[in-house]
Parts: sequence; C-alpha cells; structure tokens
Amino acid sequence: MQIFDLAAADHAFIAEVQARSHQDIKTCYQCGNCTAGCPYTFAYDYSVSQIMRLIQTGQKDAVLKSRSIWLCGSCQSCTTRCPNNIDVALIMDVCRHMAREAGYATERAVKVFADSFLNSVSRYGRAFELGLMTEYMARSGRIFTDVDLAPSALMRNKLPFKPHRIQGRDQVARIFERFRKGGAHA
Amino acid sequence: MRIGVFICHCGSNIAGTVDCPSVAATALTYPDVVFSTDTMYACSEPGQDAIIQAVKEKNLDGVVVASCTPRMHEQTFRRAVERAGLNRYMFEMANIREHVSWIGKTKDLNTNKAAELVRMAVEKLRRNRPLFAKRFETVKRVLVIGGGVAGIQAALDCADGGQEVVLVEREQSIGGKMAKLDKTFPTVDCSSCVLGPKMVDIAQHPNITLYTCSEVESVGGYVGNFQVTIRKKATYVDWSKCTGCGLCVEKCPSRKHPDTFNEGLCTAPSINIPFPQAIPKKAAINAASCIMLTKGKCGVCAKVCPVKCIDFEQKDELVTVDVGAVVVATGYDLFDWHKYPQYGEGRYKDVITSMQYERLLSASGPTGGHIKRPSDGKEPKNVVFIQCVGSRDRSVNRPYCSGFCCMYTAKQAILTKDHVPDSQSFVFYMDIRSPGKMYDEFTRRAMEEYGAQYVRGRVSMIYPQDDKLIVRGADTLAGTQVEVPADLVVLAVGAESARGAVQLGEKLRVAPDQYGFFVESHPKLKPVETNTAGVFLAGACQGPKDIPASVGQGSAAASKVLGLLSKKELESDPAVSRVNPGRCVGCGKCVQTCPFGAIKMIEDRFGNPKAEVIDTVCQGCGICTVTCPQGAIQLEHFTDNQILAEVNALCPPKMFANFE
Repeated sequence: MQIFDLAAADHAFIAEVQARSHQDIKTCYQCGNCTAGCPYTFAYDYSVSQIMRLIQTGQKDAVLKSRSIWLCGSCQSCTTRCPNNIDVALIMDVCRHMAREAGYATERAVKVFADSFLNSVSRYGRAFELGLMTEYMARSGRIFTDVDLAPSALMRNKLPFKPHRIQGRDQVARIFERFRKGGAHA
Repeated sequence: MRIGVFICHCGSNIAGTVDCPSVAATALTYPDVVFSTDTMYACSEPGQDAIIQAVKEKNLDGVVVASCTPRMHEQTFRRAVERAGLNRYMFEMANIREHVSWIGKTKDLNTNKAAELVRMAVEKLRRNRPLFAKRFETVKRVLVIGGGVAGIQAALDCADGGQEVVLVEREQSIGGKMAKLDKTFPTVDCSSCVLGPKMVDIAQHPNITLYTCSEVESVGGYVGNFQVTIRKKATYVDWSKCTGCGLCVEKCPSRKHPDTFNEGLCTAPSINIPFPQAIPKKAAINAASCIMLTKGKCGVCAKVCPVKCIDFEQKDELVTVDVGAVVVATGYDLFDWHKYPQYGEGRYKDVITSMQYERLLSASGPTGGHIKRPSDGKEPKNVVFIQCVGSRDRSVNRPYCSGFCCMYTAKQAILTKDHVPDSQSFVFYMDIRSPGKMYDEFTRRAMEEYGAQYVRGRVSMIYPQDDKLIVRGADTLAGTQVEVPADLVVLAVGAESARGAVQLGEKLRVAPDQYGFFVESHPKLKPVETNTAGVFLAGACQGPKDIPASVGQGSAAASKVLGLLSKKELESDPAVSRVNPGRCVGCGKCVQTCPFGAIKMIEDRFGNPKAEVIDTVCQGCGICTVTCPQGAIQLEHFTDNQILAEVNALCPPKMFANFE
C-alpha cells in the first residue's frame, strides 16, 4: 500500500478543489454514506469517501491519478445521501477536470469516449452515433465493444449512416469556440 | 464625588491587546476620578482587597472596574464595594474583554476603545445613587413539570427536603421514557425495577400532590411567588373512586387505536391503564376512539365498573396553585425517522425504532418479551442496528450528538444475543461515544463477549428481497461497500426537544435554543438555572441526556430549589421602574405595555389616576420608560439622564451645529 506523507499536504490543491466546486471539504466527517450508495464502488480503486479523505489530506497525485474519478457516472447518489449537504458528485467532476488539465487519463477509454462525443457534437450540433462509434473505436482500439448490439440498433434505425443536422448548429459551435478561448471556468 | 478606576489585565486576556497602564493614566483625566490603577486580576482575593483598601484610603464614594462582562463578575465587585462600606449600586463595570480585547487585534485602537468605555462608565457612575433592595416572602411550594425520571428525582428530593411539591405530568402515568425501557446500560438491570419504587414513592409521599393527564396552562408572578394554572384534562373516569381493577380495560369493545405506550406496535382499548406499574394506576378514556364519546352509544365500561366511576360528562378542570419555584423536566421526544428516504420512509414493517425494539424486549411489552418481528412474527436472526438516525446530520437540521444512542444500541445488541442465542447483530456506527463510568467497557463487551459485528459506516439503502431486508452500507475501515440480509432493522433514533417545549418556555419565560432545548444560565457554572429567577431545569429538556445525568440534574435542581426556599425572605432587585407622580398624567399606557403586570393604576389624594410600580414584580426591562409619553416613569440605575450621559461621553455634543 502507498504511504502518504501528511505533512506534505498540497494546500493549493485543496483550495482549488474547494474554489472550483464551491464545496467545503472540511465538513466531510467520513461517515461513508457516499461509498455506501455508490453503484461503482466495485470498480473503484479508491472509494468515494476515500477520495474525499485524500482531498482533505491534500494528496493531489493520488486523487488525480485515481481510476475512480474517471469511472464516476455522476449519478448523484453520494450527493443525495450526504448528511453534510456536500455535492460529492460535483467534487468528482472537478477532480476529473483537474486530472485532464494536468494531463492524466488513468481510464483512457473514458476520456476517449468523452472526447469523441464532444467532437461529434461540435461538428454536427448533436451526437452522430455512427461517427462517434467509429472515432471511439479507432482511437481506443476497442473495436468489438458492444458490437453485439449493432444489428438490433441498425434494425431499429438507431445507427443511421448519415448524421442528423440540427437547427442552430452555429450556436452550439459558438459554445465550443468560447470554451477553446479559455472561458471554461468563467 | 470621588471615583476610583481599576483596569484589569485578566492575565493576558485583556493586557495582550490593550495597554492597561495607559488606560489607567487616561482615566485619571476624567471628571471626578481621583484614583486610577491597573491590576493583574481584579476578581482575585488580592484584587478585591486592593479595591477595598483604595476605597478606604482614598475616601472614594464610587468605583469603576474595567474587566470582563458584568454577567461574569458584577455581583463579585458589588459585594466587594459593599464590604468597603459603599452602597453596592455605587459601582460600574466597563467590559473591555468581550467587547474589546477578545474581538480587536490592533493594540492602539483597542486601548483607545477601552479608555472610551471607561469614560462612559465614569459618566454613568457620577449620576448613580444608592439603591436599597426590598424584601419579600416566598411561597414554600415547588412546581415540577414533567414526571420522567428527572422530574421524579427533583420532586422526591424537594419533598424530602420538607417542601410541598406539585408534580404535573402530561401523560396518564408518570415514568416518562424510562418506564418504556426494558433494561438500562451499563448494568443491564431492569428499568422498571429501579424506577418503579421511585414512582411509588411519588404516589405515597405526603408532601407531593400529583396531577397526571395535566398540563401547565399559564404561569404568572415572579421568583418566590408564582401563580400557576394547571389544566386537568378530562379522563372520563372519577379517579377518586377508580381502583385500577382493569375490568373496563378487559371489556372495552373499541380496541383499534395505536397503543402509544407500546410505540404503536399494537393496539390499545379506548379505556386503558398504560402499563402494569402505572402511577397512578387509574383508567382513562381516549376520547378520540371511544365509541360512547364519538358515536353516543356503548357504555360497556360504565356497566362493568364495580365502583361506578365512569363519567362521560367529565370536563377539563383548571386548578390554580401558588409556588415559590419551578423545576422544568419535560424531557425529550424521538426524532421522526420517516424523513430519511434511505430507510424506506415506513414502507417496510421490519424497520423499527430503538424505542419500539425496547418494547419488543420488555416482558410487559406486546410480545411478552419475545423478539418477534412486526411483519410475520418470526424470530429474527440477523438484526441490523443503524446509529445516528437524526443525530449528527446537518441535512435534517440535527447536527448535535444525542449522546446515549451508542450506549443503548450496545445494550440492545447484548439483549438480542440473550433473547436469541443464534442471532447475529450488526451495528452500523460513525464513532462510538461512550464516555462514562463503565461505558466503554460495556460497548467492548457487546463486541467481545456477545459477538456484535460493529461496522464503521452509514447505510444508504434498504430494500426487500424475499422475506429479508437487504441493508447496503459502507465499511469505511475496509474501504468498501457491504450488504447484510437482515431480518430486522433497528434505527437508533436521536433525541429532539419535547413536543410543546417551546410553547411552555414562552409561558415560563425560559428561552429555547435553535433546536427547542431550554437554555441554561451558564453552560458550566449554572447548568440547572435559567435566566428567569426561580425556574430551574432538570434532565433532557436542557439537552439530550442519559438516565444517570438526568437523575443527577434532578437532584441538582432540587438542591437549588431548597437553597432558594430555605431563605425566609428574598431580596428584590432595586433596579426597577419608578413613577414620578408629578409628571404622570395617568394615561395608563405603561400598564398596557408591561409584560409582567407590574404596574397598577392608583388614585392620588386628589382623586387623579396615577401609575404605580409593584417593586417585587417589576423585572427592570424598561419598556414602560420608553412608552411613557411624559417621561414620568424612569428605570432606577438606568435613568434617561444616566444613559444620555454615557452617550455624550462617547459622542461629545457639539455646542454650535453648522448646517451650511
């Protein structure tokens, strides 16, 4: 097991998580209600309450390199159950953003999927399923993921070969433009 | 006038951020100040002696001490000044600790502010005049509100001390929450066996008058002379005749309403005696479910009663008593756990409260002391206890620790093993709080001897599967999720203030805190006193408490009452309102506005109406002085001139205003 140096707590990291999430990390008293309700605990390397604890002790690397922050499905169970009214799911989001900015992607496939999805939306104004699928497969190398679903999806016309374009595509494009100019946290 | 000023360092509490010698030097420049010094601890014995010595040597006739809040030491210094031969009201206090040194960091600003506060005190003292307390007699009788274990203890101790006691209980029997418990921690002795004899003592003590099914309707008067009206609610049974034989209870055909004594686990007849050891052991009719009282026909109880004590025409009765002191022992209520969606909000019958479990364990309970789960009456094997339900939880506005749940949960885990030897208890906890004699050893016994599995974490959902309830929680020590297929789930519900406590507090002028618990006069040094003289607190109405602490407080409150009533006469505070008859026009506005009924209208010798203050009733709040259109009524020791002198000391009036 990894040994954490408590004296080497990264206070700037704690402050940044708090500022970006508008949550007070200190109010967490480690009751474990978030972990108790989380449907992904079985897949996590650190449980949600452990992620909260690592943030409290300023263990930036451990948090940003963890798999858990990428596997979180933002279902909000943790937020709903927290007795201290902490928006835990939002903190997981913030950590994922910070990990991405720091160049970490411990669950690379999750990042690739998110990128492929956003590329598709920025191009067409909405998701183009087949294009998204192709990009994800190509970049992740996971060619046969969910391939068994393809026939029935095709039969129901859920995988059209041409993208649907939407009205106001330029407005969606402007959102992405604003983000690229650095307005992400504004 | 010759005034002496004493600037206290309070160790480094004040001197740390205030230049005390400089404040003392500045004070010498104020009018009438002839002596000024700084002192390490003004409240210490040498500190007080120095004040007395200075009064005598410098021939002072007034003293200002600049130190802590008057709430802390005003009485101390008044007594010191009195020992020096001055009137105790020729003293003023400037608060340069709570109002200056503890809240400001900049030394020169603090020093300046301290000097200004001393100046205000000096200006007020220059206008003080000697005041003398009046004496009045006290009524040698005590009202105890609430017949739980704290109230019982207070009543017995007061009665043994020779005072008459009136004990008022809202429910049909005294005993409170403790009467519902099966066993008590950490000794696991039978609750009703230790409480029962005390309840009998209440019934048999010659000094105690007991009113059950009764509530305090109104309270008037003041310390030593309260007038209390008690509403005796109609029980539809003449208790002077009822023998408690229970024949009516057996024959009553209306048996459908939930049994509140058994926490709704079973139903009760409409005429009932709540439990075998009830004091008084008298039957009472529940008017809401009685067929005779709701539909006008039945009357079976009246037919079977051998002494003919049923009276369907009975009405509420008001009783008035004069008492010298009041002990409030109204206890607590249990948190309503239905606010939590994760525990099923009441959808699952086998999720019960700790108090319901207590009734299941009790030999006088609905199952005769056999643990049978409510849904199908089966004996549970896996029992899950969930702690901190409605405690330490900001999301339901209960951030406080209820204090006793850790201990009673350990007790219930032990009793579960005793009742069902092949059972397994699981306790979900956050922290185990067991400070107390033999308490931590007790929780260890639950784990080590009785094999209770303690799981550190909370529960986030309960769902049914076959005839089990799946409890999903966290084990934060293992860092993961855990599941238990439970037969029964017991919620360790926390304590909250008793229903109606806030309304009672209004009648008694005792302030509740933000959660409805009554506020004591000082958290450490006056734990059973309130800010209303003559009203004392005992037990969980002041905050969650276990039995030993409640009993201790009951005795503590009784000792305060006995101390108060042992004095033949009490002194009234002379800082009361005084009417200037020359100015009074008899408009009566002060009479209407006084919250204490302390002003009455009289006629002077020419037959003109005039207001007059009843010294012993006036609490010195000053509302009348601001109401009086003539400025005819003044609060002694806080006259308009004194307060304006303080204001002028702080903001010197400009002689010539320039409005250009």
